[in-house]
Amino acid sequence: MRDRLWIFAGLFLFLGAITYPAWHNLDARTSSQPPDLVLPKNAKECVAPINFMRKSHMQLLLDWRNRVVREDQRKYVSPDGKVYDMNLTGTCMKCHEKKGFCDRCHNYAGVATPYCWNCHVDPALAERKP
Amino acid sequence: MKFTRREFVELSGACLVALSGRKVLAVFQGAPKAPAVPSAGATARKRLGILIDTAKCLRAQNCTRCIEACDRAHNIPDFQNPAHQIKWIWEEPFEDLFAASDTQYLEKDRKDALTPVMCNQCDDPPCVRVCPTGATWKREADGIVMMDWHRCIGCRYCMAACPYGSRSFNWVDPRSHLKSLNPDFPTRTQGVVEKCTFCAERLDQGKLPACVEACPEKAMVFGDLNDPQSEIRKLLASSYALRRKPELGTGPNVYYLI
Repeated sequence: MRDRLWIFAGLFLFLGAITYPAWHNLDARTSSQPPDLVLPKNAKECVAPINFMRKSHMQLLLDWRNRVVREDQRKYVSPDGKVYDMNLTGTCMKCHEKKGFCDRCHNYAGVATPYCWNCHVDPALAERKP
Repeated sequence: MKFTRREFVELSGACLVALSGRKVLAVFQGAPKAPAVPSAGATARKRLGILIDTAKCLRAQNCTRCIEACDRAHNIPDFQNPAHQIKWIWEEPFEDLFAASDTQYLEKDRKDALTPVMCNQCDDPPCVRVCPTGATWKREADGIVMMDWHRCIGCRYCMAACPYGSRSFNWVDPRSHLKSLNPDFPTRTQGVVEKCTFCAERLDQGKLPACVEACPEKAMVFGDLNDPQSEIRKLLASSYALRRKPELGTGPNVYYLI
């Protein structure tokens, strides 16, 4: 057992490397808790069932975009028969807030914030700017 | 009962003939007749245009209310550098507006009189023809040359093609140069081209274009050029109006009463 030092050093490095993600997460203070979202106070229901919105809100937004810009349709009829304006700032952001809802979940999921906000106006920003 | 190979082939053939019979009959009956009445869309197609009464416009000297209203409505930034300017509706000296017309003996004041100009929403828009991504197109229902800023890649072919200089490119992020922010209309981002769209978003709400609404002299008349009963058509019928560079064949839809 003259190589005892090498064996244990190698074993230590190996264990360290394989458990690295756990240490990294501990250091970053992340948890498996879902993000603490700021939910709308003034509305109980969204323009589509919550499960659909969770999975496919981007698909819905792209569909709205094409229908408004390309086909000149402005009204959307939700699955429960209500009529909404297809408008990110005017409809979505009337209930949701970008920082507490969109950004918080996108950050948590590690999904880059889409470039919607390069042009579309976050009403909170409009209030700040005179 | 014995079913021979020969009988099987004969029966298959008969089935095939029976199945194709209807198609053969259709061919000999000729093509289906077109409906006698044209569809509603064919006759209801609009061609929107604006008529600018230059005499009324001149009466209000140094008035830029139309431009200000447009800038506010569409979040148009204010750049001091002329190379960066974003123009939806802007002013040009009368002389430059109709460069081909003979204005030799016109008074200097009249030559230099600033006149509003905007996208002409051409009948045959060269910008649409050159756009490689389909980011700009002519709307069939009302003839507006629309823009989809989501799809613009900023190649600026349309700017080269437009003979009126109606298109502007965002060299710099426009948000940093906004005086006010209208949350009802998106800003644009660096690297896209933009232009006047006859306020397509306001028309959908039943409003007039912002410039037409803001004009204190009522010098602008907006309407459907395909409707002989519209105000714009009546005005065009009774007086002589000019269009910018009609010789190019783009079919501009902005008229100037002289």
